[in-house]
Amino acid sequence: MNWLIAILQTLLFVVMAPLLAGWLKCCKCHLQNRKAPSLLQPYRDLIKLTRKQPVVSEQASWLFIKAPYIIFSATLMAASVVPLIAIDLPTSASADVIVMVGFFAFARFFLALAGLDIGTAFGGMGSSREMTISSLAEPAMLMAVFTLTMTASTTNLSFAISHVVNDGLVLRPSFVFALFALILVAIAETGRIPIDNPATHLELTMIHEAMILEYSGRHLALIEWASQLKLMLYGVLIANIFFPWGIAESFTAEALGYGLLAIMGKLALLAVVLAVSETLFAKMRLFRVQEFLSFAYLLGLLGMLSHIILEASR
Amino acid sequence: MNIEQQDFHTQAILSMAALVGLTSFLMLGQGRLLRLIFVFAMQGFLLTLTAALAAYSLNNPHLYISAVLTLVLKVIFIPWMLRREVIQMKAHRDIEALHNKTTVMLGGASLMVFSYYVLHPIVQTTSPVMLNALAVSLSVVLLGMLLMISHRQAVAHVVGFMSIENGLFFAAIVATKGMPMVVELGVAFDVLVAAVLFGIFFLHIRTSIDSLDVDRLNRLHEVDK
Repeated sequence: MNWLIAILQTLLFVVMAPLLAGWLKCCKCHLQNRKAPSLLQPYRDLIKLTRKQPVVSEQASWLFIKAPYIIFSATLMAASVVPLIAIDLPTSASADVIVMVGFFAFARFFLALAGLDIGTAFGGMGSSREMTISSLAEPAMLMAVFTLTMTASTTNLSFAISHVVNDGLVLRPSFVFALFALILVAIAETGRIPIDNPATHLELTMIHEAMILEYSGRHLALIEWASQLKLMLYGVLIANIFFPWGIAESFTAEALGYGLLAIMGKLALLAVVLAVSETLFAKMRLFRVQEFLSFAYLLGLLGMLSHIILEASR
Repeated sequence: MNIEQQDFHTQAILSMAALVGLTSFLMLGQGRLLRLIFVFAMQGFLLTLTAALAAYSLNNPHLYISAVLTLVLKVIFIPWMLRREVIQMKAHRDIEALHNKTTVMLGGASLMVFSYYVLHPIVQTTSPVMLNALAVSLSVVLLGMLLMISHRQAVAHVVGFMSIENGLFFAAIVATKGMPMVVELGVAFDVLVAAVLFGIFFLHIRTSIDSLDVDRLNRLHEVDK
């Protein structure tokens, strides 16, 4: 029964990810006075891409063809670790947050390799930029996560979230810092403005798009889907760690339904915030990204410090 | 004593302490003068909130007066005056290129650790949790000094000076439940007078070296080296 719910939850992740991307696009369009595409447009795009025949260069090795499947399944595994509508599921009990960061790193490694594999200039450039950014983003992310794990004294996400739920409304200074740090890292890792613009193919600025430029057909669909999944994963992490109220603690239909509604509401709200910030800020120069991420790291560090200074027992 | 066992006011004041520390860091990394002044006003606003919270939770009505004083002086008057001066001197479009910003930021973080380390014995002997916030206020003072050292614009120096005063004020609220009213009024007027005097200094620096960049003051040697 528990395993069934765990699998259903992961499936829900996969199904809902394009919807979140569609809603985000919809919010952005309304804010920028454009006519918004339908909420279901990402699904249509994915279906269209799967129907098309993929075109693969003669120079491509097996890695290029296998990489989309590896990336998608690694992201899927990461998604199974994160509690979406219920805590105490067997999948999230078996792996902790460091494993999740590891899955992300695994997927990124193969994406960068695939970018290099085809031998075009853009692919190599994108891979190099992606690795630069992620080497700075990962410590910041771990720092933010450690603040949470020090409070809950566990690295397991599900236990940590239940700890936060059971404590009730406690104002923790360290969580304020960790929240901001995690938001900055999420923006950098999912390639949103001001780090990367997912909507353009401008050669000077693109990072994520540069790596997947050579992909087409169902391979492209899988990679797009994985990146939508990653966006949703970060959203769920932020929503469920810092505002976990509403998540199901028992496996009754009522609690699960309520948990689903709660997470959908929280994600919709987060997407609005992201759309507003993407409309307000311009894209940053690539060489200022390290300042942005070192600020995220600093916030994570301050979160840990304020946990030790202000909150710890003595 | 863990934070879960504290009452809501203490939690709120500790969160305020964290946010005040955050604004100090934001000021440290800010190259644009108008944004620097805005962050300074935010810090003043957080101080106002803290003073009001302390007044409410300690049932100490005279802290309301100092909250209002902070609001009027540090959130409205001084930022408004600094802003006007910056715009008058047409310095608001300059972006100060900070030398080795990352080093300064990491230096700030280590100053925070240092101030905690220094205050550790005091916190241990006296033990009320409010004293924890003392470490934050000391680090706000030190970060204000670091701001004055690392920036070159005269306006940034003034903001650093004022944020040192903010740190002291925060320490006064959280540790001593508010200084006597006479002292607070005196300090408030001192700050006001300082702000006016700084305005005059800006004018003099501006007329003599045609810039607010204090590094240029080094060039005013009588004899060329």
